[in-house]
Amino acid sequence: MPKILELKKINKIYGENTKVPTQVLFDIDLSFEESSFNSIIGQSGSGKSTLLNILGTLDKPSNGSVLINQIETSKMKKNQLSNLRNETIGFIFQFHYLLPEFTALENVLMPYQISKRPITKEVLARANELLDLVGLEKVKNNLSINMSGGQQQRTAIARSLMNQPKIILADEPTGNLDSDTTEQIYELLREINKKYKTTFIIITHDRHIAEKADRIIEIKDGRINLDITK
Amino acid sequence: MKLAFSIAKRFLTSGKTQTLMIALGIAIGVSVQVFIGSLISGLQNSLVDKTIGSSSQITVKAAETGNYISDYADKIIVIEGVSTDIEIVSPAVNQSGALVNSESSEPVLARGFDFSRANDIYQFDQKLVEGRLPVSNNEVVLGIDLYNTMALSLNDTVEFQVPLVGTTSFTVVGVYDFNVKQINQTWILTNLDTLQDLLSIGDEVSQIEMQVKDVFAAEELALVVETTLEDSNLTVDNWIAQNAELLSGLQGQSISSLMIQIFVMVSVVLGISSVLAITVLQKSKQIGILKAMGIKDKDASLVFLFEGLILGILGAILGVLFGLGLSYMFTTFAIGADGNPVVPLYIDFGFIALSAGIAVAAATIASLIPARKSSKLSVIEVIRNA
Ligand SMILES: Nc1ncnc2c1ncn2[C@@H]1O[C@H](COP(=O)(O)OP(=O)(O)OP(=O)(O)O)[C@@H](O)[C@H]1O
Ligand SMILES: [Mg+2]
Repeated sequence: MPKILELKKINKIYGENTKVPTQVLFDIDLSFEESSFNSIIGQSGSGKSTLLNILGTLDKPSNGSVLINQIETSKMKKNQLSNLRNETIGFIFQFHYLLPEFTALENVLMPYQISKRPITKEVLARANELLDLVGLEKVKNNLSINMSGGQQQRTAIARSLMNQPKIILADEPTGNLDSDTTEQIYELLREINKKYKTTFIIITHDRHIAEKADRIIEIKDGRINLDITK
Repeated sequence: MKLAFSIAKRFLTSGKTQTLMIALGIAIGVSVQVFIGSLISGLQNSLVDKTIGSSSQITVKAAETGNYISDYADKIIVIEGVSTDIEIVSPAVNQSGALVNSESSEPVLARGFDFSRANDIYQFDQKLVEGRLPVSNNEVVLGIDLYNTMALSLNDTVEFQVPLVGTTSFTVVGVYDFNVKQINQTWILTNLDTLQDLLSIGDEVSQIEMQVKDVFAAEELALVVETTLEDSNLTVDNWIAQNAELLSGLQGQSISSLMIQIFVMVSVVLGISSVLAITVLQKSKQIGILKAMGIKDKDASLVFLFEGLILGILGAILGVLFGLGLSYMFTTFAIGADGNPVVPLYIDFGFIALSAGIAVAAATIASLIPARKSSKLSVIEVIRNA
């Protein structure tokens, strides 16, 4: 299996130029195979989000390199990175982050609109299909602020899938959902993983959920403590 | 562009009250501009009109006093060919003397005109209070003050005496009122022939008078007329050279009007940019999400540029409406004893369009700072500070 994501000797130091620099990640070497389903666990403050943000090119490592599709990202221009994120990475954040001014459907369409391709019937149908898939057919024309937390989270999942990205990075996507809904959503993500061969990297603090992944990576104090592939 | 525009539109429509408040802010600025502008140009126009509206704005005379202009008909044709901005060209003969009847003798300035032309400059027909304009030789129209001083009535005969030249008798056929005491007391109006005969100057005139389309261009036009005539026996005078004080007064007004407008615009710009700067803060979460999803920095900044543009257009439209409404109210309610507005407003649509255009440009420029901020916003900063 080809490697879709690779981290080489990643260090992250916050406040490098201050009197109290704090190193959060230490020499992380990590790679992910295409269409794999991975989970990252670890204590609060261990550096999981930092790692995920670096994987998604939202943040830059202090040193080391990030390769996406075998391409080194550190030399890419800002606009190239924007395109890369738009086309190949879907994000699901811990705090869902929908655009409150837009409806659920418009939020799902947004990544496609950002790519500036025309919205065709097929595209619209796809957005509706994704909303159906996450069980939101009834509320898709609601403004996102007029939806429950779980509905918003599911909208965010539908949105992350809109551009059929190769990689989905999720930071505690079910952090504020009840266990039944959490279960449903993981089933859904698994399904998508099988159906579209999408690579998933999911941060979770729920061991029960983590164990359902193909691979569990545990981060401890900025280092890889455990890396189990089933 | 479309993406940024539609996001900007949505941001604005989802905060309607705020949008309306900003647009109102701009609108008030624009309406003040429109109103003050119309007021000041109304003032200036009426002042200019009162001062030089019914007089010669460019005058060609003989260089030496006592000399006359020969072949004036040819010269009029030449002058008329100089520029279409010269709207009226009219010959005149001037001769001072005394108007005499059995009771009194008054110093006067006899002015001989070709009334078909001169009437366009002086609007004699509108200023006649009695009788008619001269049609044949030796008919005269007097100012109302002179007419009263000499206790004359229509069809009376008076003598016009010019020392060293001679005397001729006039029949009073009309009375005018210029609303200027000095003119009413001294000018007596007759035709060209009458004075040419009296002075025995054949077909020569004392001066050629002109009115121009843009009175403020009189000085330059006078220069063009002078160079075109190219005659050292002639001099060309213009109202600007003669009315330096009026002109500096007008300029003072223009400058103060400009200052008011600049300050209004500056405060509009400052207002908009600070409000838009706050909206960037309000929307930083959204910008962060959009950037995570791959929106380009350029488009992220365009969102705020479009917000500025839309607010500017909205404010300009409202402002022009308010400004016109204010002007209308002013002309309806601020009226003098004669039923006319205290100050006649001058609604210049070019100027209004300019004010509106400046407001739109200012709003857009004001949004440059927030647009830059938006462009520089880092995703990670926003994601982390959830
Ligand atoms: N901007 C920053 N400046 C300084 N330190 C930071 C900054 N951001 C994060 N940190 C520190 O880096 C460490 C790792 O943070 P990170 O958010 O990656 O943890 P996490 O594993 O995601 O925790 P959680 O499970 O609570 O989300 C923490 O100790 C945090 O305090
Ligand atoms: Mg975290």
